[in-house]
Amino acid sequence: MARYEYKPFPYRTPAELSGGAGWRWPVVIVGAGPIGLAAAIDLALHGVACVVLDDNNVVSRGSRAICWSKRTLEIFDRLGVGERMVKKGVTWKVGRLYHRDREVYSFDLLPEAGHKNPAFINLQQYYVEQFLVERCLQFPGLIDLRFKNKVTGVKQLADGIAAEVETPDGRYGIQGEYLIACDGAKSSIRAMLGVEFKSHIFPEQFLITDVEMKADFPSERWFWFEPKFHNGQSALLHKQPDDIYRIDLQLPPDADAKEETKPENVIPRIKAAVGERPFEIDWVSLYTFQCGRIDRFVHGRVIFAGDSAHVVSPFGARGGNGGIQDVDNLVWKLAAVMKAKASPALLESYNAERVHGADENIHNSSRSTNFMTPKNAFEYLLRDEVLSLAESYPFARRLVNSGRLSIPCSLAGFALQSRDDPEMAGAMAPGVACSDAPVRDASGRPGWLLDHLGGDFVVMSFGTPPPVRQDVRRLVIASEPIAGIETVCDASGLVAERYGGRDGAAYVIRPDQHVAARFAEPTAEKVATALARAKAEAA
Amino acid sequence: MSLNTEWNLGNAGDEIYTELIEAHAGLTETESRRLDLRLILLLANQVGDGAAIREALRLAREGLGASRQ
Ligand SMILES: Cc1cc2nc3c(=O)[nH]c(=O)nc-3n(C[C@H](O)[C@H](O)[C@H](O)COP(=O)(O)OP(=O)(O)OC[C@H]3O[C@@H](n4cnc5c(N)ncnc54)[C@H](O)[C@@H]3O)c2cc1C
Repeated sequence: MARYEYKPFPYRTPAELSGGAGWRWPVVIVGAGPIGLAAAIDLALHGVACVVLDDNNVVSRGSRAICWSKRTLEIFDRLGVGERMVKKGVTWKVGRLYHRDREVYSFDLLPEAGHKNPAFINLQQYYVEQFLVERCLQFPGLIDLRFKNKVTGVKQLADGIAAEVETPDGRYGIQGEYLIACDGAKSSIRAMLGVEFKSHIFPEQFLITDVEMKADFPSERWFWFEPKFHNGQSALLHKQPDDIYRIDLQLPPDADAKEETKPENVIPRIKAAVGERPFEIDWVSLYTFQCGRIDRFVHGRVIFAGDSAHVVSPFGARGGNGGIQDVDNLVWKLAAVMKAKASPALLESYNAERVHGADENIHNSSRSTNFMTPKNAFEYLLRDEVLSLAESYPFARRLVNSGRLSIPCSLAGFALQSRDDPEMAGAMAPGVACSDAPVRDASGRPGWLLDHLGGDFVVMSFGTPPPVRQDVRRLVIASEPIAGIETVCDASGLVAERYGGRDGAAYVIRPDQHVAARFAEPTAEKVATALARAKAEAA
Repeated sequence: MSLNTEWNLGNAGDEIYTELIEAHAGLTETESRRLDLRLILLLANQVGDGAAIREALRLAREGLGASRQ
């Protein structure tokens, strides 16, 4: 299999340096990592133009994100790139845990059928970025991708931002109404605005290697606590496309990065893990990890998303996946504010909701990292006993923590969501990300509920059209198509089952496919109030 | 058997694990031992069911000391 080819993206002299100038961008995005690129596509889908500035001109090099969660794939579907990712990626849902050399237990992350997307795919970050860049290029009038454009200064204006940009052809200034800082964990925008980033750094080091080899390992996540082959530390093996395997090996805090990443030291460790078989090393790095975030994600006209806002250790795959959820949460709000369809107060809900999401990710990632790196004799002993009980007793398995894999957080209790209707049953309470289910459209074609929910506000009802006053999309779940209104058929009954969908009930669903409100007996009045609340319109 | 070995901690598992570690932080070995014993007695009283506690004792003892193979 040919190794991934890092093709540089072309640099073009920006308009500002070749005569044309004066255009004030609706949105300036700093950083063309997965988060900046996803934000650009989402803005384009809302018809909002943006420029994306990146100091580099290739996709992410080396061993970074590989696990993309079901929710991310659903968001990627909305952005028009999900199916391509799934096709290229390695689909998996089973994790196996070993202690010393015995299997302790295995878990299935998506035990139920009837979802379009798998629990997870593994796909190297460079593919994800490449596919996102190629999708961006389908919006030539709305997205201006500028590589080798480094932002060196940024300033808040009364009604926008101004930034300084450095290119191979010299410097220029740029203005925008809003700036989204997607410039990663070492964000320089943060530093330029004096925004403090606080984190907890874990002292242990992790040797992260991608190797190319032919092996018939199943598409599963294998995690070892104290395996014989790796001298008492933890190890993780994961399959990626193109016969590439990711191997994470925990090393002590005092391991020497230069020494440990030398091939003559890496090769024996890999051999011990995968056995005697031919392999080639694709990439080696030694990482330490941290968990933390900035206080607020919205600073005037500058909005932080992705790693610039929050950083986690990778054991729950919550970094990139969390950042994609930032985009999902932010862009519809920003677009509504920019089109004067909502007040800037709506952006404050991005801050509240995603700070909450980040905290959940930080908590989970920190606990997993702690479980993996006991700090003293007591912690070792406790973990050992949990692992030994886990072999025989189901309760102890849930205490074993090798990573709590990314799932979307609930936004229940935040300002945009209405209080739940006590008459409604089922897990899809206000705040929750909508569950998928198979459906058929009016012409009988099979499809998926989430694809029908789309990316705008929608009022979904069961059996009869929902009562609405304003101009909002409506979707009816029925057994037969209803003339004059978009209907999908719940052939399998899974929509009704997952949404507690009794006849007449209605859901008010946000553009990011989170439930804003639900009513057993909806009225136009109730729906209007819920919609107003979900758009942060003053009561 | 009255002892429940299925999961019964809701969403609190990771939190309780962390709090258990935090509770032991800074204690000497003897103090740690005392903390555990107090905890056991408090929880045993909460459980209340003698048969369940005896069953738990038996499972916990497995593989330790003289009974080890
Ligand atoms: C070993 C490892 C494993 C991981 N595994 C996973 C995983 O399995 N799943 C997962 O979801 N996440 C994982 N992550 C985390 C994931 O890689 C990050 O969360 C993700 O890359 C964040 O994307 P981003 O777009 O916010 O930032 P980045 O990907 O860091 O992109 C930032 C971009 O901004 C550019 N930039 C920076 N400063 C400037 C400037 N001044 N001007 C212009 N451009 C600038 C950079 O060149 C870069 O292109 C892992 C991370 C590591 C290290």
